[in-house]
Amino acid sequence: MAAEEHAIDALGQFKLTTALGPLGASVNFTQSNLMMLISGLLILGLMYFGARPQAVVPGRLQALAEMAYEGIRKMCIDQIGDEGKAFFPFVFTLFMFVLIGNLLGLLPFSFTYTSHIAVTLSLAMTVIVLVTVVALRIHGLHFFSYFFPAGAPKLLAPIIIPVEIISYLSRPVSLSIRLFANMVAGHVMFEVFASFILMMAASHALGSFGVVGAVGPMVLNVLLMGFELLVAFLQAYVFAILTCIYLHDAVHLH
Amino acid sequence: MRPIGLLAAAVMSGLSSAALAAEESKGMPQLDFGNVLTKSQVVWLALIFFVLYLLLSKWALPKVGTVLEKRASTIAGDLQAAQTAKTAADAAVAELTAKTRAAQSGAQAEIAGAVEAAKAAATAQAATLNARLDAQLAEAEQRIAAARAAAMGALRQVAGETAAVVVTRLTGVHASQPSVDAAVGAALAARGLA
Repeated sequence: MAAEEHAIDALGQFKLTTALGPLGASVNFTQSNLMMLISGLLILGLMYFGARPQAVVPGRLQALAEMAYEGIRKMCIDQIGDEGKAFFPFVFTLFMFVLIGNLLGLLPFSFTYTSHIAVTLSLAMTVIVLVTVVALRIHGLHFFSYFFPAGAPKLLAPIIIPVEIISYLSRPVSLSIRLFANMVAGHVMFEVFASFILMMAASHALGSFGVVGAVGPMVLNVLLMGFELLVAFLQAYVFAILTCIYLHDAVHLH
Repeated sequence: MRPIGLLAAAVMSGLSSAALAAEESKGMPQLDFGNVLTKSQVVWLALIFFVLYLLLSKWALPKVGTVLEKRASTIAGDLQAAQTAKTAADAAVAELTAKTRAAQSGAQAEIAGAVEAAKAAATAQAATLNARLDAQLAEAEQRIAAARAAAMGALRQVAGETAAVVVTRLTGVHASQPSVDAAVGAALAARGLA
């Protein structure tokens, strides 16, 4: 098969390079960071230009900005309670940063920074450190009772406590890998199907049948794009709502 | 980091192809922690994320929040104004209803008064007319009675004179006045006219 001759380079797209020319190279500023910068500017631009008309009846951009603001604020208050208002800016930043990163990554020639475990794990660690600090600040040492739910039989303590500790420590891992794996899988499939298109079209063995057959993977890629748009939203939402749930646990201890 | 590699392999297993397996052996760029760019990426991430958080929480989000608050207060104010207007309208309608009712009852009282007055005037007029007619009737009866009495008085004299003349003419005897009068009186009495 052609696959042997032209190996599919499905992972090359995740390779980091420096961006912004020699200046970027001198400070190891990667194309991943450039996308972060662009998405940050997009988020700030959305909120700034969305809020600027201050219209009572909002236009499209203002409606979008308000929808993001009110949706995430509602999620914070629903999940965490009234204390959630304090965490709203953080959850908003997190959600928008992940969402815009996922969406920007779907553009051709761009880069998906959420497809890097180093990035998702850093975000997840930020969440877990924040959650732990909040819990310690609110409950002090009483926080450790979280690992042994009140009312559980004392006899089961040797089992329950390690399980609770492991589940607590596995939060950043599951939080980061979920996002990372979803984004990687989607982009790998894009790359593979796109390679199939070229391989089939250029295949000598298949001839003109290959050109017709190449429509198959292309249709798949179009469908996949719709699916990945859903995944981009879903994963950002999951990341944000899990952050809210962890914060709820930190504030209320179960 | 073995589990992550396994996971990635599982993710791609549906896609088959020996090429992918070959790719896997080269490793994922994401797991190349020896690369200085993998680490610098995280440093820049921390910086960008922190600055984004600061700008959003201190500047951009409060701006949007202000717009939303302004809208909420505008809507609340408009609702308040509408409520006030409704209350005023209700009061005006109530006043109108009361005034209409008062005017109606006033008009009815006036009509009733006028009817009463007209009735009283008619009754009074009828009473005076009756009194006058009664008086005239009484006078007429009196006059009739007087005339009758006069006629009855004259009847005895005429009857007496006539009887005397008739007796004289028939008998040639001059009847005495007292006997004629007695006979006339008896005859009249017999007829119930005396």
